[in-house]
Amino acid sequence: MSFGAGPGGAWRAGMGASAAPPAPGVNLRATLGRLIERLRAERVAMLSALILGVAAVAANVSGPWILGRATNVLFNGIVSARLPSGLSKAQALAQLRAHGQDQIARMISTMSLTPGVGVNLTRLGLILGVAALAYVVGSALTYGQGYLMAGVAQRSMYRLRRDVEDKLARLPLRYFDSHPHGDVLSRVTNDIDNLTTTLQQGLSQLLTSVLTLIGVLGMMVWISPLLAVIAVITIPIAILLSLLVARRSQVHFTTQWRETGELNSMVEESHTGHALLQVFGRRAAASHEFDGVNERLYHASFRAQFLSGIIQPTMQFVSNLNYVAIAVIGGYRVASGLLSLGDVTAFIQYTRQFTMPITQIAGQMNMLQSGLASAERVFEFLDASEESLERESAFGVPGRGAVSLEHVDFRYDPAVALIQDFTLDVAPGQTVAIVGPTGAGKTTMVNLLVRFYEIDAGHILLDGVDYRDLTRDEVRQHFAMVLQDTWLFSGTVRENIGYGRPGASEDEIVAAASAAHVDAFVRTMPHGYDTVLGDDTATVSAGQRQLLTIARAFLADPDILILDEATSSVDTRTEVLIQRAMGDLRRGRTSFVIAHRLSTIRDADVILVMEHGRVVEQGDHEALLAAGGAYQRLYASQFAAADPAA
Amino acid sequence: MLVRLLRPYLRPRAGPISLVVTLLLAQTLGNLYLPNLNADLINRGVVVGNLHYIWVTGAWMLLITLAISVVAMTGVYWASRISMGVGADLRASVFRAVQEFSLRDMNEFGTPSLITRNTNDVQQIQIFLQVALTMMVIAPIMMIGGMVFAIREGARLLPLLAVAVPLMIGFLGLMMMRVVPRFRTMQVKIDRLTQVLREQITGVRVIRAFVRVPHEAHRFDQANADLTATTLSVNRLFALMMPVMMAILNLSSVAVLWFGGRYAAAGSMSIGNLTAFLSYILQILISVMMATMLAILVPRAMASAERIEQVLRTQPTVIDPPAPRRPGRRDGSVELEDVSFAYPGSERAVLAGLSFRLEPGRTSAVIGGTGSGKSTLLSLIPRFLDASQGVVRVNGLDVREQAREELWSSIGLVPQAAYLFRGTVASNLRVADPEASEEELWRALEVAQASDFVRSMPGGLDAPIDQGGTNVSGGQRQRLAIARALVKRPVLYLFDDCFSALDAETDARLRRALAEATAPSTVLIISQRVSTIMHAEQIVVLDEGSVVGVGTHDELVASCAPYREIVVSQLGRAA
Repeated sequence: MSFGAGPGGAWRAGMGASAAPPAPGVNLRATLGRLIERLRAERVAMLSALILGVAAVAANVSGPWILGRATNVLFNGIVSARLPSGLSKAQALAQLRAHGQDQIARMISTMSLTPGVGVNLTRLGLILGVAALAYVVGSALTYGQGYLMAGVAQRSMYRLRRDVEDKLARLPLRYFDSHPHGDVLSRVTNDIDNLTTTLQQGLSQLLTSVLTLIGVLGMMVWISPLLAVIAVITIPIAILLSLLVARRSQVHFTTQWRETGELNSMVEESHTGHALLQVFGRRAAASHEFDGVNERLYHASFRAQFLSGIIQPTMQFVSNLNYVAIAVIGGYRVASGLLSLGDVTAFIQYTRQFTMPITQIAGQMNMLQSGLASAERVFEFLDASEESLERESAFGVPGRGAVSLEHVDFRYDPAVALIQDFTLDVAPGQTVAIVGPTGAGKTTMVNLLVRFYEIDAGHILLDGVDYRDLTRDEVRQHFAMVLQDTWLFSGTVRENIGYGRPGASEDEIVAAASAAHVDAFVRTMPHGYDTVLGDDTATVSAGQRQLLTIARAFLADPDILILDEATSSVDTRTEVLIQRAMGDLRRGRTSFVIAHRLSTIRDADVILVMEHGRVVEQGDHEALLAAGGAYQRLYASQFAAADPAA
Repeated sequence: MLVRLLRPYLRPRAGPISLVVTLLLAQTLGNLYLPNLNADLINRGVVVGNLHYIWVTGAWMLLITLAISVVAMTGVYWASRISMGVGADLRASVFRAVQEFSLRDMNEFGTPSLITRNTNDVQQIQIFLQVALTMMVIAPIMMIGGMVFAIREGARLLPLLAVAVPLMIGFLGLMMMRVVPRFRTMQVKIDRLTQVLREQITGVRVIRAFVRVPHEAHRFDQANADLTATTLSVNRLFALMMPVMMAILNLSSVAVLWFGGRYAAAGSMSIGNLTAFLSYILQILISVMMATMLAILVPRAMASAERIEQVLRTQPTVIDPPAPRRPGRRDGSVELEDVSFAYPGSERAVLAGLSFRLEPGRTSAVIGGTGSGKSTLLSLIPRFLDASQGVVRVNGLDVREQAREELWSSIGLVPQAAYLFRGTVASNLRVADPEASEEELWRALEVAQASDFVRSMPGGLDAPIDQGGTNVSGGQRQRLAIARALVKRPVLYLFDDCFSALDAETDARLRRALAEATAPSTVLIISQRVSTIMHAEQIVVLDEGSVVGVGTHDELVASCAPYREIVVSQLGRAA
């Protein structure tokens, strides 16, 4: 675990834990290229950070060497203090040899000392002062580098998120309908999050690690090529060992994430289907299943933890091995007079610094891989094909609310025609009801009217102007819609109702709520119109949510109103009241109404009965009933068929 | 909190835990002993030129290094065993606790929250334990051990620690004080951004229809810029952490050399001891750093422990009686006697003074407006909720006197929100009866008007069903849920407004087939649609939690004004 780089470290390790890391993709190199391309905007900051990083590493790496000089001064001083004063170095050596202390003589022969003179404290102080300065400067430069890189990472991620947002606005509805929301959301949140962490921690650390490795290696070679070779020999061992362990633990980590996902959905299922499991007497079976998954998760996570936990002791072993080798061989060489003691102590400090970046680089490579896999998913999203370009509009639309469809063809799937040769003229102010069995194409009609999808052939005209000569926004400005799937965003009741008309006054909002018969309910809420709602607010029932969205459409005051199963969850008496209000709203306004309940659409001007993408019947309620066709059957089934005897 | 939660799980593992602590102790002592040996190597080997001593000490150091690794790996093995084992036990406890919850207990927490507590929160505890059992134990041992060894090497340099340690702790404390709240803010802002994005994806139709894309873009940009500003400041602050800590560490070694050097020059300290002291002081300071950094994991683990404990300590509001009685008959009869229900603390009762009977073998219906208490009423029968007052009898016996498994064995439920489990069509139907034959499954599907689409699905009965049943349409989901209840062939059917997603024709066909298939059983249908319930043998009209009419359709049209209103609103006529 590393703590150096960002708020990542310890915290994020835990946070990301619930989501499985993306699997490494195939196209990593291309993705890396794109990522680097995106970082170009930050090249000045990155270059400055690199320069600061090199300087910082140089300063930090020189520290132990300078301290080694200090040790030498001490050692020399102490050794020379033991030699009788007044003698020259050569005389002292001769004396030692005469006493049979060849070993010490050999060691001393390479040292610069004056027999009898003790430690030169001034020189010691001077050297230590330089060391202190190097460390302080090194730290300051490291901070500067970290400061710059934080900016690079965060600004880059800001831009990436902005691009994703722009992309969202340009994607056709088709994309949202054909991709699971969870997956899209995961790409724009989890994956970007993962990428941010990678950039924030990985980039800065990787730079430092590599630079430190180079710097330390350089110092080692400079001090003693032989000891450096010994230290370097252990590198392949370290890399091999950690790779070996990492590869095995990776397998178990993958299993761990898979089992975690398994357990997650198992728990989610049991908790969501709680009542069902109880009534169907399946609690024991569910517990049993849970225990199985839990057991597998335990085994996988235990193995993953153990194996990844082994890396640390392994690296420590290599590091200790190095330490011992340097101490012994270095000590031997000092004793032989081939090396100074200060060099050995400095070297020992370097070996300590040496294994750390190697372990770190291994970890960062892992992180980088996971980050690149995320980047790939984000780029894939950014590459999704967009809505066709719009023509700059040359026509004004008067806004009377006349809609014509001429020979419209449409298909989601090129092989299956959904709407075929559909022609319809709606005069301003008319109410058009669309009925028919599930899959008849009712909702598709809505998608085409508000131009969520582009038609394949034919024309749709708004007040005589072809949709293709208008921008999508221009078309939509004339519509307001209430859908079966009510959508409330996190905001106050007031903001939610006022969504369709920015700048609506308090009175207008309350009036719209009253017309939708939701004013009384809003006033029972804890903060009235200031109560904060969410998309998953449990305290508001499905019926009440529909009423709120109806109020929203009321307030939007459009030329054309679309109601797609708008009151399906509202009880019928309230529905009648709303319909009365809606009748007022619909007056002078074109409306399209889709409903299962035929009672809802009885007084429409035109009722279209759709089957398999075609209009099979058309007319008003009385005429269609009299015709005795599909509508009559539908109507009869709704009111008569409940009788088992019928 | 953390300790209280973990105690029962750690106690049975006392043996392995003490083993881990012992191993960590040995490992740390070994690591501390190495510089000591190194000091000897310098003092008695290098300084006096004793090559033999250098070799012997070197071999000894190598041996210790090996031993440390073996000990450390064994420690990690047991630490992983313990922490992951406790995690698995905690998950099992939470899961079982939730299984005992009543509907009210479930609502109290909310399903998403219970899921998080059962998985993510347990994971936090697991991570915490793993870290605690490896690094957190090492830190104090290393600190104390380091001090003991350091004193042996040169007690006179200890005052240096008295400066460096508080300096380090002080700085880290200051950092944490500034970083932790900002980090919390950052989390809130990440959540906010995710929420905005989620809304833009789920609400894409509304946003585009109301031409509010620029507005949403603005909202997003605000959240984005806000988040960036916070993360930037957190990360810049964090960038200060390592350099400052390293500066304190490095300057401490400089100071050791300066003061130690003076003692060594004066002859009161050997040079070998000085280098050893240098190693120890670094180790002490690193352990302080480690301990403080790990301390920031504690608040997070505490928060998770609290959330888990809340689940484990919840007394289910509905529990089996100590001495359950068995009903004398199993005819599916239901009797409500002066039943009221109110959520504790709420002003108004959801249900007030309800009394009526569901006769065995008959079909009854409850109709009422949004918020009239229909679903609450239904929840009282399988004892998902207990009435605040009055008695609910099933099979002639008070539900509170029966074992719940016994009670449930009589009931087939189709809830309002049709929920399917991940698996296949067959595995979903067999939830009701694992022994059911394929023939029986097809018969149930036939009745539920689901056989046609099941047959057209790839694999038929073995067609895969996604979690929640999201890969079939709402209407298909409802029909499969109905088929599931039919497979059980219970004496009492409860249909909770489960025909709403069906188009009128299918609805009619289904109800015809259903009437036949459920003929010998008692049936309760809850609905808002008159057409769904008008042919029931008994209709109960519910209005704001009270019964305002009981009778057949014709009787109610004649006598019950609220019912007549509903009928007129839906059928446009009163007959």
